[in-house]
Amino acid sequence: MRRVAIIGVGMSRFGELWERSFRDIVISAGTEAIEDANLEGREIEAMYVGNMSGGRFLAQEHIAALIADYSGLASINIPSIRVEAGDASGGVALKEAYIAVASGIHDIVIAAGAEKVTDVGSAMEIMNSSIDQEWEAFHGATLASLYAMMARFHMHEYGSTEEDLAKISVKNHRNAVHNPKAQFRREISVEAVLSSPYVAEPLKVLDSAPISDGASVIILASEDVARKYTDTPVFIDSIVQSSDYFALQNREDVLEMRSVRVATRKALKLARCELRDIGVFEMHDSFTITEMLLYENVGIAEKGKGHELVREGEVELGGRTPVNPSGGLKACGHAVGATGIRQAAEIALQLRGDAGKRQVDAERGMVVNVGGTGATAVVSVFRR
Amino acid sequence: MLPRFWRKIKYRYNLIGTKCENCGRTFYPPRNLCPECRRKSSIVEVELGDTGVVLSYSVVHDAPESMKLERPYIVGLIRLDSGVVVTSQIVCDPEDVRIGMRVRAAFRRYGEDGEDGIIYYGTKFVPVEE
Repeated sequence: MRRVAIIGVGMSRFGELWERSFRDIVISAGTEAIEDANLEGREIEAMYVGNMSGGRFLAQEHIAALIADYSGLASINIPSIRVEAGDASGGVALKEAYIAVASGIHDIVIAAGAEKVTDVGSAMEIMNSSIDQEWEAFHGATLASLYAMMARFHMHEYGSTEEDLAKISVKNHRNAVHNPKAQFRREISVEAVLSSPYVAEPLKVLDSAPISDGASVIILASEDVARKYTDTPVFIDSIVQSSDYFALQNREDVLEMRSVRVATRKALKLARCELRDIGVFEMHDSFTITEMLLYENVGIAEKGKGHELVREGEVELGGRTPVNPSGGLKACGHAVGATGIRQAAEIALQLRGDAGKRQVDAERGMVVNVGGTGATAVVSVFRR
Repeated sequence: MLPRFWRKIKYRYNLIGTKCENCGRTFYPPRNLCPECRRKSSIVEVELGDTGVVLSYSVVHDAPESMKLERPYIVGLIRLDSGVVVTSQIVCDPEDVRIGMRVRAAFRRYGEDGEDGIIYYGTKFVPVEE
């Protein structure tokens, strides 16, 4: 296996982009990444696209070829492959792109993620399609309510509070102020989160990531090729995907995200480092409780103590284990299929030293991208 | 249009799961293959009983279109006395639901496919008077 480096990143603004089409947002992310990598374009050999539900969001399937075309690659006739894994689609697309380069099959590959969600009425119902339709959704369970049950159980067992969760949202909003691509570049207060309406008790509107429009693109190259294009390659030391029982009810412990635990352990082993060597994290905060459970399942907090990390400020930009300097899904935005790529792009910017006022000084970074309630997890380790 | 779950209707109405006689693990919904034993699976149907406790719950306010009229409603994870966990609705005042509350399965209406469509029924849980 060859070493693989990120040589270029790009992303559209995330948000409710009423005035821009699916194609428009893909073009802006793709152009930015190709310029960032200093490529002509015709050196690209393959493309992988994370997209959760073009079929339902846009009634447009066959997304991979469409995106390749509007990224300006129709004339070079490259293969383009769409990857779907709920809101982990982007992470899995990146993993597939990584394998294509690491294996020696391709030298330069694009990993993209894109979603356009504001063209339809009920994005929430489409998001719910990542849970078990027959045995969870049939009973009225929603993605939010399943995470809400995890939150309720954590509060009952370990004494975490709605205020602890609110602080995660407040932190992510504070970080997003310094991210020019973020959907919500404004601070919010704990009181504002606590007084926002319930979505599924105890989770509220401001505990929940928005469902956003957006696209993100990363260009990968083998190490020797990467050196020709950039002096600041960011290496993907490992990227591991894992799965678990699909429905929450079949997991022995509802707070145990085994897909995340297994993927983290393998990713660290493959990267030949320890968790304490990781200086910056992007974690999947589809809801505030998701981020808190990831602290515990990744291992930066002990089981049942995720909220202590929040109370002690360790996950803030200046803390010992900063999480979501980009603003996370909550404040940077959650363009579903784009999210896994967007998270990796943030870590690449951080490790290159290009993160502006949200810069963390770190040698290694980790991304955790989760599908549904944890039936899919992708964990990756990056190094400068 | 047939509802997508008609094949499993017996299990949906009766809380029947499957047990692997090789390892003893029980699953709901039923499975043809034990995820622990795979080729050594030895699957039999078992009744899971109709009583249990609330393992966790959420009062849902933001509901999909098909459930809008029911808002707010309670979804819960119920740990049946047989040990198996099921996702279901809990029928009681949202103020009264608690983790650890004893509940019993009841046959209830879930919804319908429009005015002339099929009416869906299934299991919901109600509090057991102590």
